[in-house]
Amino acid sequence: MLGPVRRLGALAVARIEGLGRMTVFLGQVGRAMLRPPVRIGYVVRAVYDSGVLSIALICASGATVGLVLGLQLHNTLSRFGAEESLGTAVGLSLIRELGPVLTGLLVTGRAGSAATAEIGSMKASEQLDGLRMMAIDPIHFVVMPRALGLAIVMPLLSALFIFFGIFGAYLIGVEVLGLDAGSYLSRLENAVDFREDVLQSLVKASVFGILLGWIATWRGYACEPHAVGVSRATTSTVVTASVCILLADYVLTALWGV
Amino acid sequence: MSGTAKLRPLPGEFNPLVIRAEAEVAHVELCDVDLAFGRRVVFEGLTCRFPRGRISVIMGGSGLGKSTILRMIGGLQPPDRGRVLVSGQDTVGLGESAMAQVRRKLGMLFQNGALLDSMTVFENVALPLREHTRLCADEIAHQVHDRLQAVGLPDVDDLLPGELSGGMLRRAAFARAIVMAPEILLCDEPFSGLDPPNVSRIEVLLQHLNRALGLTLIVTSHHMATSLRMAEQLLLLQDRSVVSGAPAELAASRESAIAEFIGEDGAEFLARHLESSPQGSKP
Repeated sequence: MLGPVRRLGALAVARIEGLGRMTVFLGQVGRAMLRPPVRIGYVVRAVYDSGVLSIALICASGATVGLVLGLQLHNTLSRFGAEESLGTAVGLSLIRELGPVLTGLLVTGRAGSAATAEIGSMKASEQLDGLRMMAIDPIHFVVMPRALGLAIVMPLLSALFIFFGIFGAYLIGVEVLGLDAGSYLSRLENAVDFREDVLQSLVKASVFGILLGWIATWRGYACEPHAVGVSRATTSTVVTASVCILLADYVLTALWGV
Repeated sequence: MSGTAKLRPLPGEFNPLVIRAEAEVAHVELCDVDLAFGRRVVFEGLTCRFPRGRISVIMGGSGLGKSTILRMIGGLQPPDRGRVLVSGQDTVGLGESAMAQVRRKLGMLFQNGALLDSMTVFENVALPLREHTRLCADEIAHQVHDRLQAVGLPDVDDLLPGELSGGMLRRAAFARAIVMAPEILLCDEPFSGLDPPNVSRIEVLLQHLNRALGLTLIVTSHHMATSLRMAEQLLLLQDRSVVSGAPAELAASRESAIAEFIGEDGAEFLARHLESSPQGSKP
């Protein structure tokens, strides 16, 4: 009779314990960022792996989203005779929402899962233990550069995504559907406010980057040290980080006072 | 391993090992250690000591906890209960930074090498020197090449671990384990996967490190001939106990489990080895 209740309780305790360990881990990563030596070379490499290697994906995705957005919004706005507002609608939706969120999801799938798999494989092959035995802290040497790398690249990639999205919508609206280029760009410029829109976009992307860096490195660091464990951790990173990014997006949007 | 596992003397009225071991200073000591993974009890009341400057070889069947003993000594696997003393310092419960200080005295060769995949062999071996010393690049390169030469890998600087054979990988890992000249070297199956010339090379190197530098060596091995030849203390893990003694003492044991593990070949090998040895036995 009490069995299911007991199991439920044990599950809840395990979840809370896991959250506690994850929070301690975040603190350790934060401390590692402040502790010498500054592993600038490893951070640059992580930025390259997570950011530079994602550029093609982000540009292509941004342009595609822009093309679709241009078509859809033009279709909708033309029903109200407001197709000249295409620049405004595209700019605001990309800068405030679609840019940071879609970039977050894309980077999660490409670079977040790779970071988890890499750290998990290092754990499974005892490379992290090897570092410990050399008196080198694996959080400082392996985890911190990757977490920081993800946090750094997210706002940059988000900006790139937005740029290519606006460019894609411009191609559809101006070059294909015949809107006036000056009108498209001036409406876009007039509609976008730095504090309300651009800053909000940057803050969101930065928060998503920190969340992804935290989740991806933790899942790899805490995974079971075998092939199946690494595979589970990688899947878990994609699912958990995607859900967290969407939740955080709602919270940030609400807090920003929309 | 379940049940009580304590260092116990060999059957017989007189056991010179116990007297010698008591007289020697323990460099590493496990005291009354319990460890279980879930419901599987690995150690219960394990007590053993590894004398300073000696070569101790841990033998026993698979899954009895040979590697786990090394991991406990290195602070990678905390015991559920008991003490692990390294140079007299209890390492159980130490924080990571305090443990890092203890680990500077230790070197460890992992069973699968544990070299960093993303770094070349040179960078792997140089890593501890770059992290913990202020040596210039030339001096680091000199030391790295010296160690790689010692393990028979002179031309592998720019290769990644994935480009090495299993034996080369282990030798590169060995070079990394000794590059900081540790006081205590933990070797997990150092001879597995090596061809006979390289087994001899590593054996000679281990003995040289032990004799020339006074290194305390704790080795796990299934390689009977090499273990019997180089060990000054053998620890034989059994299902419910740990038996410790000099190789000759264990080989002469009439206890069936010990005799079965060492086997006739091992006993004969040891008899021949002792006959050919100038001292007749190890110091």
